[in-house]
Amino acid sequence: MQAETLAPPAENIVSRTNRRTPWKLWTVRLAVVLVWLGSWELTATHWIDPFFYSKPSLIWDRLVDWFTAGTAFGSVWTQIVTTLQEAVFGFIIGAIAGVVLGILLGRARFAADVAAPFIKAANAVPRIVLASLFVIWFGLGLTSKVATAVVLVFFAVFFNAFQGAREVDRNLVNNARILGASRTQVLTSIVVPSATSWIFASLHAAFGFALIGAVVGEYAGADKGLGLLIANAQGTFDAAGIYAGMIITTVLALLAEYLLTLLENRLLRWRPPALHEGAENA
Amino acid sequence: MSVIALRNATKRFPGTGGAPHTAVRDLTFTVDAGEFVAVVGPTGCGKSTTLSLVSGLEPPSSGEVDVNGEPVRGIPDGVGYMFQADAVLPWRSVVDNVAAGPRYRGLKRQQAREKAMVWVERVGLAAFAKYYPHQLSGGMRKRVALAQTLVNEPRIMLMDEPFSALDVQTRALMQDELLRLWQGTGAAVIFVTHDLEEAIALADRVVVMTSSPATVKAIFDVPLPRPRDVEEIRLTPAFVETYREIWQSLREEVARARSEAMSRAS
Repeated sequence: MQAETLAPPAENIVSRTNRRTPWKLWTVRLAVVLVWLGSWELTATHWIDPFFYSKPSLIWDRLVDWFTAGTAFGSVWTQIVTTLQEAVFGFIIGAIAGVVLGILLGRARFAADVAAPFIKAANAVPRIVLASLFVIWFGLGLTSKVATAVVLVFFAVFFNAFQGAREVDRNLVNNARILGASRTQVLTSIVVPSATSWIFASLHAAFGFALIGAVVGEYAGADKGLGLLIANAQGTFDAAGIYAGMIITTVLALLAEYLLTLLENRLLRWRPPALHEGAENA
Repeated sequence: MSVIALRNATKRFPGTGGAPHTAVRDLTFTVDAGEFVAVVGPTGCGKSTTLSLVSGLEPPSSGEVDVNGEPVRGIPDGVGYMFQADAVLPWRSVVDNVAAGPRYRGLKRQQAREKAMVWVERVGLAAFAKYYPHQLSGGMRKRVALAQTLVNEPRIMLMDEPFSALDVQTRALMQDELLRLWQGTGAAVIFVTHDLEEAIALADRVVVMTSSPATVKAIFDVPLPRPRDVEEIRLTPAFVETYREIWQSLREEVARARSEAMSRAS
């Protein structure tokens, strides 16, 4: 009688269809890195001037130096913590503001129409230049860097939250209304969860923006931070120092990306796995 | 006593070319408490619009729609609606999907879950209560939607081709399930379908709609006893006789809708 409830249990459906052998993948990746670094080291040793282009061994020495002896501005950890703090504050404030405003405006058609040209204009402003302005406004400390990160993060998150809130399935909204949901309940139980996939897609890029905001902010004027290290390296024609600063920043971004993916998998575990992996790669 | 009454209800939508598109015009029919009415008509004739009017999701452009003796303003109390497309929430488990209605209506999480679990069991999904919709088959998702609607104990159930996406066997199963669950609830049902067999197997009365813009062409009584087994009842002479009678009426409309579609395409 109830034939279709005997359908195969979900484990079969959930199991990943497309699993490559991980060791093979990592071997090839490692080979790519080795060839790249090796050829760089070789050319910089024999043909081109490492003073301008540096080379992997010099960059490595510089990193070792920073982590053991410290930088020109004190311990490297102080610089990392400073930049990270600015980026995290900027990310949190920008993301919250972007999500809240994006969702509210996404659901209020008239307000969205009114605001549309202003938002477009604000988005067209080269916001990175604001970093200089913020240094004048807020000084050399934490605030000016956080402000730069916030403006960069806000727009990235805002547009996705806005779009996500607009593209909510009408059927879901109608169904919720019929089931007795008030306007607020529709917002919290339908619109916000629907927009979550959209928002997460932007959060991955947004932490990168937060770091850029912090580093550029420091570049524009600061007394500590990775941006200052890089700016100082530029001032002393220290190409290896610039690369070393870039590498530390990249590692921070990758770590944050990893943590965000963990959070995303936790919050969005209702998604079917195929879609899931596709979105991760997006 | 009729719980749903449409009098000359007409619905126009703003058309693409400036001229308004009339989805339904001058709809007049009533549905009594505990009565199962099927609405059949050619594909795309505006049957679903009828349900939007009764549910209060769309106001009529002219005419009147009464539910429980009052004109419809917003969504009336005691209305349940099963949509054609999946409307279960993909981010909630089966039991939390079914608990949505009671939660919206102010029950505490725990009480809502308990109430939902009763209906999850009744639709035969007890073993799947913690599963997410994407882990279920199409038929099982329809069961979730059915439980989600029934948990609110609606006095009026609106169903928009709810089983049209299912395969033939699953559909028959769901039709039986629907009749079993509906029996004795005293709820009035409007069941929209383009499948005349389904309409006769389920309903007490069948409303035949004209091709677009839709209006009521004729209303037929279905003289079949309850309880019914939808697969068995199709073979009885009374079913075949009713089918022939209603098909006479529906056939012209289907033919007209087809020729209109053809001329639009060419």
